[in-house]
Amino acid sequence: MFPSEFEYLAPTTLDEALSLLAEHAEDAKVLAGGQSLIPLMKLRFAAPAILIDINGLPGLSHLQEDKRGRGFLRIGALVRNAALERSELLKARYPTMAAAAPLISDPIVRNQGTLVGSLVHADPQGDWGSVLLALEGEVVAKSATGERRIPATKFFDGPFTTVLRPDELAVEARVPAPGPRSFGTYLKLERKVGDFATVGVAVSVSTERGVVTRAGIGLTGVGPANIKAVDAEQALVGHRLTDKAIRRAAELAAAASEPRTDVRGSADYKREVVRVYVARGLHQALAAKAA
Amino acid sequence: MHRSITVTVNGQARTAEVEPRMLLVHFLREVLDLRGAHVGCDTTSCGACAVLVDGVPVKSCTMFAVQVDGKSLTTVEGLASNGQKHAIQEGFKEEHGLQCGFCTPAMMLVASALLEENPNPSEREIRWAISGNLCRCTGYQNIVKAVQHAAATLHPQPAGRTE
Ligand SMILES: Cc1cc2nc3c(=O)[nH]c(=O)nc-3n(C[C@H](O)[C@H](O)[C@H](O)COP(=O)(O)OP(=O)(O)OC[C@H]3O[C@@H](n4cnc5c(N)ncnc54)[C@H](O)[C@@H]3O)c2cc1C
Ligand code: FES
Ligand code: FES
Repeated sequence: MFPSEFEYLAPTTLDEALSLLAEHAEDAKVLAGGQSLIPLMKLRFAAPAILIDINGLPGLSHLQEDKRGRGFLRIGALVRNAALERSELLKARYPTMAAAAPLISDPIVRNQGTLVGSLVHADPQGDWGSVLLALEGEVVAKSATGERRIPATKFFDGPFTTVLRPDELAVEARVPAPGPRSFGTYLKLERKVGDFATVGVAVSVSTERGVVTRAGIGLTGVGPANIKAVDAEQALVGHRLTDKAIRRAAELAAAASEPRTDVRGSADYKREVVRVYVARGLHQALAAKAA
Repeated sequence: MHRSITVTVNGQARTAEVEPRMLLVHFLREVLDLRGAHVGCDTTSCGACAVLVDGVPVKSCTMFAVQVDGKSLTTVEGLASNGQKHAIQEGFKEEHGLQCGFCTPAMMLVASALLEENPNPSEREIRWAISGNLCRCTGYQNIVKAVQHAAATLHPQPAGRTE
């Protein structure tokens, strides 16, 4: 398979990349890991006239915490999934992300694919979108005219669509630092390594003296975009993680899902998996807290 | 519009004019005449086209040749040196790690990258590393043994590591 012809530009500074984007906006596409874009170009579902390769840009490979305010994790646009999978920082402090990273595509694809690229691609089957929604992260976008921070809850605008403008580069994603008593995980049902999720569930909870102060639940593969199960989250806040509270949240999350029957399973089956996985994730939270 | 790229392939600098849309796998097979990278699925799924770019496995059907300008590539043709088989090649021979051989070049490259990063991998770690490479023949059992054979040759250990 051969993509359509395009002009290839490889800027070496961020300013150069931003002015190229400003100049070519509608005709250009950014190339990050290429693991979604190149397959689409080969199938000619995408045929950009200009490709702006950001892999040579300095200063986009950071994966580190920033202590300002309540603190947050910064994930640069060129941080590969393989780096996230190997990160000790994620294992120690960001368990939802640490659990998701090894479940995305396969080890070779993870050497190239980026978290930020995955968010911008906005595949409803994409795993990072649900994680970012559960953790209430944000995307930092830069253009020649300025910078803005877009909360994950406002970033996705339907299947394969975000509110990012064509002249904007997503330079990093941010995730708030966890509170002292936080736990999370990502559970994914997939048919085989490298398959997209039949169902994916991101869970994140913080507690104080046994009472939930913050809950985040994101759902993958069960709607036209990643879903934030807001009713389920709200049902947990202010309560202890009792069997009853967990059961209630799991039912609300299942009700929030909008799965469709396809080769991966029937709608009813997927909704049931949402219920089971949300409950399982919350029970794991409870066990981790007790440990 | 063609672009000139210079790539170090198996230790040798190669310069060529390529169209930006030329995929790395076609550059290797058709421009450099290195046929070890195979096109299996052409949809980023099977891993038969994997080669090492600066030591890291990539699917060469999902990268443009212009992206590797200035980089160092290893293909299966570069595994042996001075007429000596690489330990991973020896392992595949000794343990019958292949049948038709279609997946083998990429399997060996991915395994050699694993052993660089982790000289004494557990069976689980080996299976993880090759999980992006499909083999329709062997059932993987002998591929795992071949990698273990290579690990033992490269880094003899007093006692086998358990999971
Ligand atoms: C076999 C296979 C299996 C996969 N399985 C999964 C899976 O299980 N779960 C999952 O979530 N994903 C999966 N993926 C997708 C993979 O993780 C992609 O790599 C990822 O979604 C896109 O990241 P990328 O860096 O490769 O982006 P690219 O392909 O380079 O870009 C994707 C899109 O985002 C835009 N873009 C990228 N970066 C930026 C930026 N910084 N600013 C502005 N625009 C940008 C591009 O223009 C393009 O439109 C799979 C892919 C393959 C090939
Ligand atoms: S040919 Fe590249 S992954 Fe199958
Ligand atoms: S030996 Fe035939 S595909 Fe692996």
